[in-house]
Amino acid sequence: MRLSSSFKVAGRALRKNKLRSVLTALGIIIGVGAVIAMVSIGNGAKAQVQAQIASLGQNILQVFSGSVTSSGIRTGFGGAGTLKIEDAEAIRREVPGVVAVSEEVSSNAQVAAGNQNWYTRILGESAEYFDIRQWLLADGAAYSSQDVRSANKVCVIGHTASYNIYGDEDPVGQVLRIKGVPFVVTGVLTQKGFSLQGTDQDDVVIMPYTSAMKRVAGGTTLRNINVQIVSADQIESSQQQIVSLLRQRHNIRSGRDDDFTVRNQQEVADTANATADVMTGLLFAVACVSLVVGGIGIMNIMLVSVTERTREIGVRLAVGAHGRDILTQFLIEAVVLSAMGGVIGIAAGIVASKVISMIKNWPTVISPLWMLIAFLVSAAVGIFFGFYPAREASQLDPIDALRYE
Amino acid sequence: MAEGNQGNGVVVELDDVHKIYRSGEMEVHAVCGVSLKIQTGEFVALMGSSGSGKSTLMNIVGCLDRPTHGRYLLDGQDVSHLERDQLADYRNTKLGFVFQSFNLLPRTSARENVELPLLYGTRRLTNAELREKADEVLNSVGLTGREDHHPSQLSGGQQQRVAIARALINDPEVLLADEPTGNLDSRTSVEIMGIFQQLNNHGITVIMVTHEPDIASYARRNVMMRDGAVKTDRAVKQRFVATDEIAKLGGAESEADEIQP
Repeated sequence: MRLSSSFKVAGRALRKNKLRSVLTALGIIIGVGAVIAMVSIGNGAKAQVQAQIASLGQNILQVFSGSVTSSGIRTGFGGAGTLKIEDAEAIRREVPGVVAVSEEVSSNAQVAAGNQNWYTRILGESAEYFDIRQWLLADGAAYSSQDVRSANKVCVIGHTASYNIYGDEDPVGQVLRIKGVPFVVTGVLTQKGFSLQGTDQDDVVIMPYTSAMKRVAGGTTLRNINVQIVSADQIESSQQQIVSLLRQRHNIRSGRDDDFTVRNQQEVADTANATADVMTGLLFAVACVSLVVGGIGIMNIMLVSVTERTREIGVRLAVGAHGRDILTQFLIEAVVLSAMGGVIGIAAGIVASKVISMIKNWPTVISPLWMLIAFLVSAAVGIFFGFYPAREASQLDPIDALRYE
Repeated sequence: MAEGNQGNGVVVELDDVHKIYRSGEMEVHAVCGVSLKIQTGEFVALMGSSGSGKSTLMNIVGCLDRPTHGRYLLDGQDVSHLERDQLADYRNTKLGFVFQSFNLLPRTSARENVELPLLYGTRRLTNAELREKADEVLNSVGLTGREDHHPSQLSGGQQQRVAIARALINDPEVLLADEPTGNLDSRTSVEIMGIFQQLNNHGITVIMVTHEPDIASYARRNVMMRDGAVKTDRAVKQRFVATDEIAKLGGAESEADEIQP
């Protein structure tokens, strides 16, 4: 029998019991819809992660001080002041492939201007920092290397901090008092948004690290050193050289732990992606359960359909249908049912992800690949669960089938 | 024997056919030792009470079932031991079936019902060819203009005509009818017999199961079965001619149910 005829028969059989067909396909619809919606949200999240990683700047290594002490108590990144300005200079001077280095000091402080005040993060950085992080200024200018050398009382201000202190006023040229020390605001940074850790990167005041050490944070150690490497394939070798250079400078004997930690942005991305992968795995499990349940529903209704149409099968066999023809016919009916569920499910998933992204303001990215996968999987479910009822139908005895009441 | 008969126009040849059903420990001998030859162009009524084995024999003749012992030659070829799908091909090309309860596919137009055997044939026809053939056969059974009607929109007699058209679509050697008038009123029954006689006059072999003696009288030969064996096998002496009977019924249409043809 020709396939076109089989499709026609299948369509007629499914149309005859519209409600039953839709209810049967519901399991598949929900399963596929859930997958499409979740994948869209997952992809949206991944895209956001990618954007945030790109916003860190390209080919960045971050060297943090600390992470372990001789007594074995880990203090966390930046906890133990083991990084010195000289370490940063050594990296700048001795490690090949290094493009730029920024010494970083970090603290939090109350800042004030006029009658407004705000508690914000104070970052001390070298003048190269803005290049490393590809962080442009919205207004005014960054401070210079001269400012860093002289520890001048200048700073640039992030968008959030600026808004909270100056409102809509232009902060450039204004005086900002940090821990009572007046600083001149030389520029306003463009917006970066939230970091992977969920902190507002724009809620910040950035000044020369020398000024931060002297006037805000105190001390002479660095929290971390940001190092920009010339290209991605150089990162690993540069990382190794930084490690051996710092171990040598810190007199760490072989066998002892480092008193610093080097992180590269790929690791950050990997962590974020690993989280996303766990979510994808869970959603895959949920989808599988839903598809199995939907498949059982299809199998059930196909068995009912075969029983209902026993006489029809008898007639078809009597006029010369082979078992194979009957098998194909019912298999196609099952596949049409499940594939229809797949298509409706894809549509439902797209609608659901649009609604979620509207309500929750989450970014969603609809993936054509997953739409194709969802469609093929739902069709495969039809074949798998439709096979048993179809085989039952194809093995009916024509005489018994014709006599069936 | 088969080879010799082929030329003589024997289309159905049963040679000591047995059919034994087993249900648990019981053995039921439904057909015991039937030998029968039917020539091309015959019109045979297979008669007998229920349990006489006539339906079982009909299933064997119709290639729906295989004999337990014995040989069945259909159109000179031994079909006693063929596989399911091979039997299906014989049913498709050599045989046409008409059933008591019509067995049309519901919610399917008369035309599509008639096309059904063509869909399972070996020849690949275009939709236009299918349609043309189906309409031609429907026309020959007097259903022109009802090609698109569904079975539920047709009377019993019309449904049986669709079934006959379906049986004829592949130009079969033998038309097999199992109680074709069992669900029809007398007048319609006569009309259906009229179609059978007309087809038979054009050379088609008709084998019909019936338990009504007057319906059997439209055939040329009556084979009576009892207890799984042929009891009598004789030519019909006073044969009814459907056109005459309908003429007699002409004035009494409203009482059609009471009047026996």
